Amino acid sequence: MNAPLTPRKLRVATASLSGCFGCHMSFLDIDERLLELAALVDFDRSPITDIKHCSQRCDVALVEGGVCNAENVHVLRELRANSKMVVALGACAVNGGLPAQRNHLDVGQCLQQVYRTPDGSTAIPNDPELPLLLDKVYPINEIVRVDYFLPGCPPSGDTIWKFMTDLLTGRTPRIEHPLLKFD
Amino acid sequence: MSDISSANSFSIDGQRIAFTPGQTILEAALAAGVYIPHLCHHPELTPHGSCKLCTVVVNGRNGSACTQKAMPGIEVENNSPALNDRRRVLLQMLFVEGNHFCPGCEKSGNCQLQALAYDLEMLTPHFRHAFPARPVDTTHPDVWLDLNRCVMCELCVRASRDLDGKSVFMLAGRGAESRIVVNSPSGLLGDSELSIDDRAAHVCPVGAILPKRVGYAVPIGQRQFDAAPISRQVDYLARRHIPIVPVTEELVK
Repeated sequence: MNAPLTPRKLRVATASLSGCFGCHMSFLDIDERLLELAALVDFDRSPITDIKHCSQRCDVALVEGGVCNAENVHVLRELRANSKMVVALGACAVNGGLPAQRNHLDVGQCLQQVYRTPDGSTAIPNDPELPLLLDKVYPINEIVRVDYFLPGCPPSGDTIWKFMTDLLTGRTPRIEHPLLKFD
Repeated sequence: MSDISSANSFSIDGQRIAFTPGQTILEAALAAGVYIPHLCHHPELTPHGSCKLCTVVVNGRNGSACTQKAMPGIEVENNSPALNDRRRVLLQMLFVEGNHFCPGCEKSGNCQLQALAYDLEMLTPHFRHAFPARPVDTTHPDVWLDLNRCVMCELCVRASRDLDGKSVFMLAGRGAESRIVVNSPSGLLGDSELSIDDRAAHVCPVGAILPKRVGYAVPIGQRQFDAAPISRQVDYLARRHIPIVPVTEELVK
């Protein structure tokens, strides 16, 4: 007789690109179910663990926020390269969201306006440490392949819980009324 | 349903549907409580057939349920995975073509485009976003026009022309250049004949034409499509009326 398979914990990475961390807050909003989840998953690279780079190959990467600058592209590509499944978490990752409201403007003119000083000159920050802005804010699926999408601003704790539990129990994740919300 | 005979009935997905001569497939279906997804149709206006979401297969051929007349004995395929997949793609194309950002839109929860996307479980717009630059017109004292959210269903065109007798709106341009234009010397809504009492001011299925000062009088969570998915609100879809009384005064209080 075969020995029963020992359940393996899922490795989960999370990241916030051009987002407001609202989706991460919503993740914490699953409240005491976090303890249940902690028994089933290990967090790798994530603001929750403060690990900056994937320490090993992850099963799931939850990505909040759109892609607005060069650093976002690097982080997103690293997550894609190190994860079996990339999930767009929230409106900004799905369609650019609030940051994408600049997309019909020229990014150069945008900076000129924002960093205009009272005397009429402009002082646009220009430090090698600062990642360069992209011409537009992109949904993450326009940069890398994305396996699943959880829309919502933010997706509710219940929506995230439904997705994680579907995944952990081997069901095809399904988000429908009343959990599916774009706002 | 003993009065259903083959002379005045047809079938949708195998279910017998009675109709009265002159009814379209969509009208007969909604009257019988059968849901067919639709966006540019409104029971008070003449059919338009532009959004193609109500596309069904009639005796093996595609057709718009909102424009095609019900005929005795036809066999209509409606709620099939293949048709719903195509409808979802149509919705995705509508989403990427304009700027549809639900978190910042006061129509959210009452929006038919959003409700259809929820019902067909559209999780992502999928295609590359166009992020077009489109104008917002706030010149009218009681109504504002945000073309970012327009899906060019022409419900406002029809309501203004056929119900209000004013022809305030018209579709101009072709293909990707298509857009709603306003009939006024300056092209601005404030200089047009549009009044808050007009049905054209209230018919918009998305958040493109909105009455001012009532944005969140009905809170998010208590709106038309919050209670149940649009597919389970067939009675509402079949009987809804465009408000004639301005909603402004009573709701602002």
